[in-house]
Amino acid sequence: MVASAPVEPSDALADLVEISSQIVTAAVFEPSGNVAAAIGGGGDSLARTARELLEAASTIRPGVPVTRIEASTRGGGVFVVREGERLIAATTTPEPTSGLVLYDLRTALAKSARAAEPEPEKPKRRRTSKAQGEGGDEAA
Amino acid sequence: MRRRRVLVLVLAAASALAIVRRRRRGKGERVTLGFGDGSTITLEAGTPDAERLLAVARRAVAP
Repeated sequence: MVASAPVEPSDALADLVEISSQIVTAAVFEPSGNVAAAIGGGGDSLARTARELLEAASTIRPGVPVTRIEASTRGGGVFVVREGERLIAATTTPEPTSGLVLYDLRTALAKSARAAEPEPEKPKRRRTSKAQGEGGDEAA
Repeated sequence: MRRRRVLVLVLAAASALAIVRRRRRGKGERVTLGFGDGSTITLEAGTPDAERLLAVARRAVAP
């Protein structure tokens, strides 16, 4: 995946619509439907649509999780990408360049996911007292 | 000579028809699904599974 600095989901979506002129609306959300960020309006509605699509798609191959949906209609496209516990959905203009849209969505999701991760604890520096070191010398 | 001209016309017409068909197919509605095991399937409009998903998608992109 693309190595880039983690950003807030709203910033990731702002970058997304700036990069891709084909994306009309987009939302980052959790499997529960809780929307972390949206752009272009109707974030809740888009998350609901995405969940409906995932639910309908899950019956096609039961037991195998659906990680990507590209629905192409005459009015435009609807894309859903799932990576772990984070999802991103977007609507596009008609006949989008699917590969490009998917790449941009994955990049935005990865950036926002890294921002959501808690910072790893810094390893505590072990103090070695002089006495111990000196003691070691004495023992030798 | 005349027979050759007819053949060229027929071939040109067939090519034009193929291009139009390909373009129409490109504009068609469909759903592509990617799964966790790496597999992908494409459902063309008209099949029950595709129609179920397309109905949801059409609502989302409706003006």
